[in-house]
This record gives sequence, C-alpha cells and structure tokens, in this order.
Amino acid sequence: MPVQERRIILKHIDQPGYTIDIDCYLKHGGYETLKKALKLPPAQIKDEVKKSQLRGRGGAGFSCGMKWGFIDPSKTQKPIYLICNADESDPGTFKDRQIIHKDPHQLLEGMIISCFANSVKLAYIYIRGEFPIGARILEKALAEARAKNFLGKNILGSGYDLEIYVHRGAGAYICGEETGLIESLEGKRPYPRIKPPYFPAVLGLYMAPTIVNNVETLCNVLHVVEMGSEAFAKIGRPNNTGTRILCVSGDVNKPGYHEFECGVITMGELINDICGGIRNGNKLKAVIPGGSSAKVLRAESKFKMKQKGPDGNMTEKEIGLLDIPLDFDSLAAVGSMAGSGGIIVMDHTRDMVESMANLSEFYAHESCGQCTPCREGSLWMKKILTRMTHGKARKEDTALLKNVADNIAGRTICAFGEACAWPVQGFIANFKEEFEAKATKR
Amino acid sequence: MSAQVDPEFEKQVDEVISHYPASKRSASLPLLHLWQEKYGYVSEEGIHWIAEKLGLQPVNILELVTFYPMFRQKPIGRHHIRVCRTLSCSLNGAYDVFEHFKKITGATGDEHGPITSPDGKFTVEFVECLASCGTAPVVMLGDELHEKVTIKSAEQIIQSCH
Amino acid sequence: MSGHSINPCNHDIFPPEAPLVNVQVDGEWVQVPKGMNLIEVARRHGKFIPHYCYHPKLQVVGNCRMCLIEMGTPKMSPERKPIIGADGKPEINWMPRPQIACASQASEGLGIRTDSPLTQECRKAVMEFLLINHPLDCPICDQAGECKLQEFSSEYGTGTSRFVEQKVHKPKHQDLGARIVLDDERCILCSRCVRFARDVVKDDVLGFVNRGSYNTLTSHPDKKFDNDYSLNTVDICPVGALTSKDFRFKMRVWFLKETETICTGCATGCNVTVGSREDVVYRLTPRGNEEVNSDWMCDFGRLDFHDLGDSRRISQPQSRAGAEHFSVPWQDVFLQIGQRLAGFKPGEVALIGSARMTNEELYLFKKLAEDLKIELFDIIPREWPGDSFLKSKDKNPNSAGAKLVKFSSGGSVLPKIKEGIESGRIRGLISFHEDATAIGLSRAALEKLSLLIAASILPNDTTTVSHFILPSGGFAEKRGSMVNAKGRLQRLHKAVNPPGSMEDWEIINSLRKAAGSQQNFSSFEEVFKSLSADVPLLAGLNLGKIGDKGVQLDLSKA
Repeated sequence: MPVQERRIILKHIDQPGYTIDIDCYLKHGGYETLKKALKLPPAQIKDEVKKSQLRGRGGAGFSCGMKWGFIDPSKTQKPIYLICNADESDPGTFKDRQIIHKDPHQLLEGMIISCFANSVKLAYIYIRGEFPIGARILEKALAEARAKNFLGKNILGSGYDLEIYVHRGAGAYICGEETGLIESLEGKRPYPRIKPPYFPAVLGLYMAPTIVNNVETLCNVLHVVEMGSEAFAKIGRPNNTGTRILCVSGDVNKPGYHEFECGVITMGELINDICGGIRNGNKLKAVIPGGSSAKVLRAESKFKMKQKGPDGNMTEKEIGLLDIPLDFDSLAAVGSMAGSGGIIVMDHTRDMVESMANLSEFYAHESCGQCTPCREGSLWMKKILTRMTHGKARKEDTALLKNVADNIAGRTICAFGEACAWPVQGFIANFKEEFEAKATKR
Repeated sequence: MSAQVDPEFEKQVDEVISHYPASKRSASLPLLHLWQEKYGYVSEEGIHWIAEKLGLQPVNILELVTFYPMFRQKPIGRHHIRVCRTLSCSLNGAYDVFEHFKKITGATGDEHGPITSPDGKFTVEFVECLASCGTAPVVMLGDELHEKVTIKSAEQIIQSCH
Repeated sequence: MSGHSINPCNHDIFPPEAPLVNVQVDGEWVQVPKGMNLIEVARRHGKFIPHYCYHPKLQVVGNCRMCLIEMGTPKMSPERKPIIGADGKPEINWMPRPQIACASQASEGLGIRTDSPLTQECRKAVMEFLLINHPLDCPICDQAGECKLQEFSSEYGTGTSRFVEQKVHKPKHQDLGARIVLDDERCILCSRCVRFARDVVKDDVLGFVNRGSYNTLTSHPDKKFDNDYSLNTVDICPVGALTSKDFRFKMRVWFLKETETICTGCATGCNVTVGSREDVVYRLTPRGNEEVNSDWMCDFGRLDFHDLGDSRRISQPQSRAGAEHFSVPWQDVFLQIGQRLAGFKPGEVALIGSARMTNEELYLFKKLAEDLKIELFDIIPREWPGDSFLKSKDKNPNSAGAKLVKFSSGGSVLPKIKEGIESGRIRGLISFHEDATAIGLSRAALEKLSLLIAASILPNDTTTVSHFILPSGGFAEKRGSMVNAKGRLQRLHKAVNPPGSMEDWEIINSLRKAAGSQQNFSSFEEVFKSLSADVPLLAGLNLGKIGDKGVQLDLSKA
C-alpha cells in the first residue's frame, strides 16, 4: 500500500467547502490553541517547542527550539521582534504559497503563539512581492483577527499586546536570507550581514533581538502546542520530527504538494507512487531533492547510509536514490539536503548542462552583489554555462567551472555562496561526462 | 515637498508609516509599492517625494528602486505579463510560451527587462521562480496567477485583455 | 572635536589598560587586547593581512573577502575546558572554513595562520574574482603606483587570467561631485566611500544601484557629493575608481617626493604629506595623526596649495622707482632697506605680521621690533564659520604660536596702526605675509608712508604701492613650527624651494642685520634653540623631540 499523507498543516487546504475567512477557521476549532497557549507561561511554550525537536522548514533545518533559546527576554532592554519569512522563492518550492492563500489563519495563530512565547510585541510578515493576492489575504485575515481580539491590545484579556503587519518584498530572492530580510525590512538594500557579530538573536531588526521563522515552521509551532511536544516528537523520526510538505515538479505525471511524516516516505515512493512516475514513458535521470540549492542526485547513484538496526547497532547499507528516506538527516547523509522541500525531477531526455545553465542564470540574477566571490563568480559561472550551451565549450571549461564554484562556497558573507556553488558542484560531480562532452560535440 | 499628492494618498502613506514606529525608513518599500500602484511606475518625482517624506536622501530610494526588479522607472504597457523562466517552468515550456507572447503582442526589445508592444497594450517580461512549480509553466497577468500555461491558453490570456 | 574622537569607530585604538588575551599568530603566542580584530593583531606583529573594505575608522562590513585567513579556536574537553598542549598553551582546532580577519576578534586561545596554503588559495581566488571585470586602465589610471589591486595582485594573485567571457561594462569618468571623478568599472564595491560619507561626515549621498555583478556606485544627480570632506574618499578608495579632479592625469605618483608637514589653512593644523616633483607641488594628502585630524583633512585645505605655483608669484626682491618696480639682488635690497630704516625714530615704524607665519619667523619678527624699538605690531586675525568636524573657526594656522612668542595681541593693536598711518605719525610699515589694506587702510593711506616694505607670495594692493617687495615663501617652502588651536606644537618641513630662494626666517634675519642687530642666526636650528630658551613653554624642546606627530603644550601655562 502506498505511504499515506499525514495532513496536519494541509488538513483543510483544498478541502471542498473550506474558506479562508475567520468564521470558517473558527468553525474548525481555530484559535482554541491560542486560548490554551495564553494561559501558559511563555517559557513553557518555548520548552515545548524545544522538546518537540521541531526543525526549521525554510531550508536550513535549524532547530527551532535552539533558535528561540538564543533569546532571553530577561537579559535585554530592547524590544524582541519576530518576522515570518514568507519570501518563498527557492526554485522547486511552492508550499508556503498554499498555506498563505488557502489557510492564512493557521499561519496567524501559529505566529501569535510564537510571538507570545518569545515576548514579542511587534511582528512582521515579510511576504514576497510576487504574492500580491497573498498579501491582501493576510491583511484581511489580520483585520479579522484584530476584530476578534486575537491580535492587538490585551489579547483575549490576557494582558498580552501584539501587533502584526504585512510587509511586501519586491522581487529579490536574497530577502529570504534572514539578515537580508532584516536589512530589507529596515528599508535598506538587502545585503546580508556578517555573522559574527550580527546574529539576529542579538543584533537583528533595528539591532534588537529578532527571530526569523518560515511560514511552515510557525504553523508547526501551533500543532506542537496543540498536541503537546511528546505527541509531536512521535511523528516522523528522531531528530526529524513532525511532517514536511514536499513539493514535486518537473518530469512527473502528477506534480504537486503533499505532506508526509519526516522520513516515512522514500524518494522512489514519492515519485512513483504519489506523483505517478516519470511522464511520457521516460526514465528518471536526476532529482534535485530540496530546492535548487540542494545538490542534484543521479538516478543510478548508490549511497552509503548508516542506519540503526533493530538490535540498536549502527550498520552501513548501500542504497539507491529511490530508497532515500525524505528527512533532514538522510538527505544530508547522501551529500545533499532536505532544504525547502522543493523536489525537481528530470528525465533521461534532459540535458544536464542546460538545466544547470538555467539555474545559473537564476543565481546570477539574484546575487545581491555585496561580496566579491558571489558577485563576480555567479555571473562568471552563468557566462561559462551559456557559452557551453551555445556550442562554444572548451576542454578546460568543466574544470574551470568547478574551480570557480569551489572558490565561492565557504568564502562568502551568506549561504547564497553555497546556494549558487553547490548546484554546479553537484551537477559536475554527477554528470561530468555530459559537461565534458560539450567541448567535443561543438 | 516637490511633488503634490492628493490627501487620500497621503493618508494611506501615513497609515503605512505608522506600521514602523522604530524607523520611518522601513516604510521605503511599502511607499514605493503604493506610488507605483498609483502612478504606474516610480518617477524621479516619486523618488524625491518618498525620500523627503521619510527624511532620507534621494540616493537611498534610488538604491532600492534599481535593486528590486518589481519597481520600474518607466511606464509599461496596460497589461503586464510575467513569465517564470526558472527550471521547472523552463522544463515545461516557459520559453516557448514567452516566444508566443512576443509573437502575438508584437513586443520586442532587450529581454533582460520588460518589453512592450508597439501599441503600448502589453508588456512581457521574464521573472524568476514564482513558487508554483507544480503547475508549471506559470504566468502572472497583473496580480493573477495563470497556471499550466500552453500556447493556447496564452492566446486566451491575451484575448481576455482589453 | 578633533583627532580620532571624530570617528564613529577606531578599531586600531585600545586603551593601554585593556585586558589582554593569548593568541597564536603563525605559530607564535602573543598577547593582544581582547576583542581586537585580527587584521590589527597581525599588523602589530609584523604581519600584513591584505584587505580592501576594512578601514580602522569605518564600520566593519566584510564584503571584499580579501582578509580570509585560516583560524582556529581552542580544543574543548567535554567539560568545556580548553585542552592544554605540551607547550602549556591551549591546543588549537583549525577550522576548515576560512574566516574574515576584520570581523574576527581576539579571544583566549585563538589561532591564526596568515599565510597557510588555505589562506593563500583564498587570496588568489578573491584576486581573480576582482580582476575578471576590472578594466585594463592601469596605463591611464591615476591610482597606478598606489593601487591596492596592483599591489595585492602582484603579491598574492595568480598572475594569469582564466576569464574569456565579455566583461561587465559600467559608466566611466562620471561626475560624482564638484571635486571627484568616478569610474564605475574600476570600483570594487568595497563601500568605504559610502561608509565614510554616511558615518564620518554624515552626508549620506553615496549609494549602490542595480544588483549583483551590475552593482554600481553612484550619487543621485540632484544631490552630488560636494561635501567639504569628499576628497578623503579618494584617499581611502583602494583603487582608481574615485580620483581627484585636481590631480587627475597630472603626475605619476612614483615620481612624487613625499614631505611631511602640516596644512596651514586653519588652526587645526591637519597633518599632511606634500607630493612634489622638482619644486612643483602636485597634491596634498592627509597624514594620520590621532591627536589632530585622524586620517582626514578638508577639501579646502587639501587644494589650498595652488598659490605656490601661481604664475604671478613674486620671485625676486623688487625696489620701486616711480610707479614701477624693478628686480634687485637680495644684497642690494637689504642694503637699501637698512639705509632707509636708519632714518626713522622709534614709534614711527609699525609691523604687521601674520598668524600664517611660523613661530620662528614671528620670533625673529618680534626681535626686529625690539631691535628698532617698535611698539606697534600685531597679526591680522581671520575667522570663518568652521564646522563641527575638522575646520577650526580660526582661519589662521598659528594664532597660538603668534601669542606664545608675544608678537600677537589678537589684532587689538591694529586700529592703532591704522590710525597712526592715516594721521601720518607712522611713516614706516613692514607688512609680512599680509595685505595691509585688510585692516581698513586705503591705498591712498598706504601711499602716505615714507617706507613700505611688503613680503608676499602674490602681488596685492600693498605690494603695488610698496617701496620694497620681498618674495615670501608658502607653507610648503619653509621649515618651521606652528601651534594649533589645541596647543599642539607641530613641524613644517620644506618640500620645495621658494622661488625667491631665501626662506622667510632668513629674510627676517637679514632684515634684522640690515637694521643693525648684532644677533645673527646662521642656521634654522639656532633660531629654534633660541626660541625654546626664550619661551618657557618650549623649554627643553628641540626639533627632534617635536618629531612628525608634534608635541602637546599646555597653553593655560603660557
């Protein structure tokens, strides 16, 4: 039997008859968890989130509890801010779009609870500019929440004040980087900040302690509080708890988004059982498993994975691409990452160099230009790849391309350096022969 | 103030500024959106007006207008068509859709930016991932998202514009 | 405000009592102030970590990535205690990922490798990236010879180019402001100029437009970079993106002789370096002095040397016959002046000096007054608005020195001189470095004088009617000392020869001789020796002790 979805966040999304107004949300038990949360000490909610082992769903997979733990309201005079990162722009990813457009109040409730837990009085939702309808939906939802005193002064008589505003971006992927987002929110060019010293938990928005969380992460907080950390931690796998919304696109028969417990579904099950397998009768060639910045995986590759056997001992198994469980640790173990959950599937008719060239143009466009390696290197890689896909590749280009990528990764201010370098490294590592062939087939 | 704006607009602007009690500068992006929505593009006047309103230098606003591709300093056609060009959409024929839009609208020019049809009716441009890869290729007509766009539905999109 | 207190930050200055930590630099353990960034740590131990965007007086942004080095932190035991090695010092865990030195701070047990293979690789990579879109402008670029791109490329780069694509093109020779030309292709986007304008002089008019590789430095066309400190960005620009309109294409910097002196534009006395070649001054640049001007100077002072090369320069002593002036040799002019002076009684001669003269010159001028029993002498004060940054309200560089040698009465004697000349009681006037009409005297009044001697750089209303004109030297043409508004005694050095070939102190010395004085100084050093003996506040000082950074005097004890 194919693996079943566990729709916790997507529970009501696409359900017939479910509308995005607050009345519908309330009818389905909405804001009950907020009422419960407001009666708890904020520190306890933070503790619950930590015990739940919830990891960020924006791409980095960083422990949410740990991120919240960096901020101690008793040790600062400055206001604490929380920002919902709704700047979903990682190619292949389209999950936050669903939540924003189809169940906005779930996000708001999760966000309000998160703000309460962290003593936040003023919070922002940074939504990408290309979601204008989403921004309007959120503003309307906020107005509805305010009207019912789920937001604003003295929420539900608890004495807690919170205001949330929507802030629209204007077409820059780098605003998804937390310090780039903060700079953009401050009204400046979104150049990410150097860390140290500008860790958002210490010197964030307006140089005050700030938490930046992804849309899906904040929704998960709601469910952690609702069911309790123990129950949440039982979902998925140890250290990879809860569910993930996986987005599949590319050469599958049924692209789309689905929510599964972390690690219970493998790549093959997702592609073949859930998404109808490769379309047009073609064969699988490559998968980008976690948004375009994740290193591509080749269909025939074998991976060594350490797994804990029933006897508690660690054994090393060799598995194929299709057997990789889709959780954070497994995907990291095979040399890629779970990232933002955007899975792009490519079949055997696809030219890997062309695919990489397409992505390199994305990165060259989106580089903010602040630091030398990424600014110069991202456009250089794009130019090399454009040349290679227009019949002018030279023998030395593949090695050059790889070396340029190697000179960017690990040398930049922010993770965009890795984001633009890893795809190049991944594609060349897995499909070297195709890249080199460009020079001979001119 | 160099430019004059109507009181209704100013009221909107002031309301937005109130969302950022810690720093007026944060209202730069929202004000740019408001200005562009009202006037169609951000003119030199707009840059000066917003800078003055927020106690900033004109260069501070110019920095933003030129960084974010959604802001334009020149007017565009009546109907704005944005075609996603990133991987999943590209794999599903986005470039063919773009070519077709060019053909039926007659828009030409430097495709690194927006190109407008000679009659000023349509502006077509490539944009990066619009976060709807599952329904690729996607196109935005104004604020609306059109999914699984084909050559045929592209024509329908054009026809729906008056 | 002055000195480093004008800066938003001073990453290179730590109080002597700052707590110290042990840091390992290339294998050697040293002690440095806790929190000092690693570029400064290395610098203090003879190691140079190359960098572009870092500047000790500007906010750290870490965008050039040139200062990437290999760094390590102490190995920790499970109980979070550092593991001590055989040498009694913490064992170091070297991080595989390089760190930027500018933003990394010294902490206990930190280790850095300023020249390891990883560090070298990082530098080669950054140099290659910086050069791929850089224009091949070296042959026409003013920065050649003092360009960090050239230097680091030569020292740390790969030496070959692998880039075969089309370079990104950006605007060239743009008008960034009244005094600066911007070449966007040369710009490496370090943002030093942006930070300087925004944070140091609070004139936030520079910014970057466009995105990615197309990032371009600019000012808004309606609000250019016309600040009076704009040219400091030309100094701090590591490449030839920002160049001074005044200096552009004038001279290759490797031909310039560098002379340390001070600016004489106002009483701040910013420390400067004069760049000259064969007796022509081409430019001034600020010299770092944390007690006076930090690393900066104003544009006015920086460009205030063109008088030196003015074609109307008085270059020879002149004597008047009728309505015309004729050149006479120095010997003759002093002989004639001496003869003429002999015919005056005490009280019939006055002196107008200048607070733009050096201490030594004013000291000798005062001695001349004593020789001739002259009671009326003073300097002409000048004021301007000044600012809260470096410009003093006092436009004279040596008001304090003039008072110290007891020549200046702050201008209070000037009305008496004026009245004396107008009434005819004063029949002789020696005006040094000043146009006497500035005290309100008309040319007609001056023409009443039986003897008018003017020492000046350029012709003016006084020289036109003088009986004797003496070619005077500009600030870059003399040795001397001056005291700034805060009481700092600073030295001027001679960069170029004065056209008249006599230094001003020698001129006054010769005037004294001509007036019959027995005291005659045969060297500049002797003058200073006598000066320091006569002025209590200067007791014990010699020229060497003043040095290049000057000596603080306590003017309250004057």
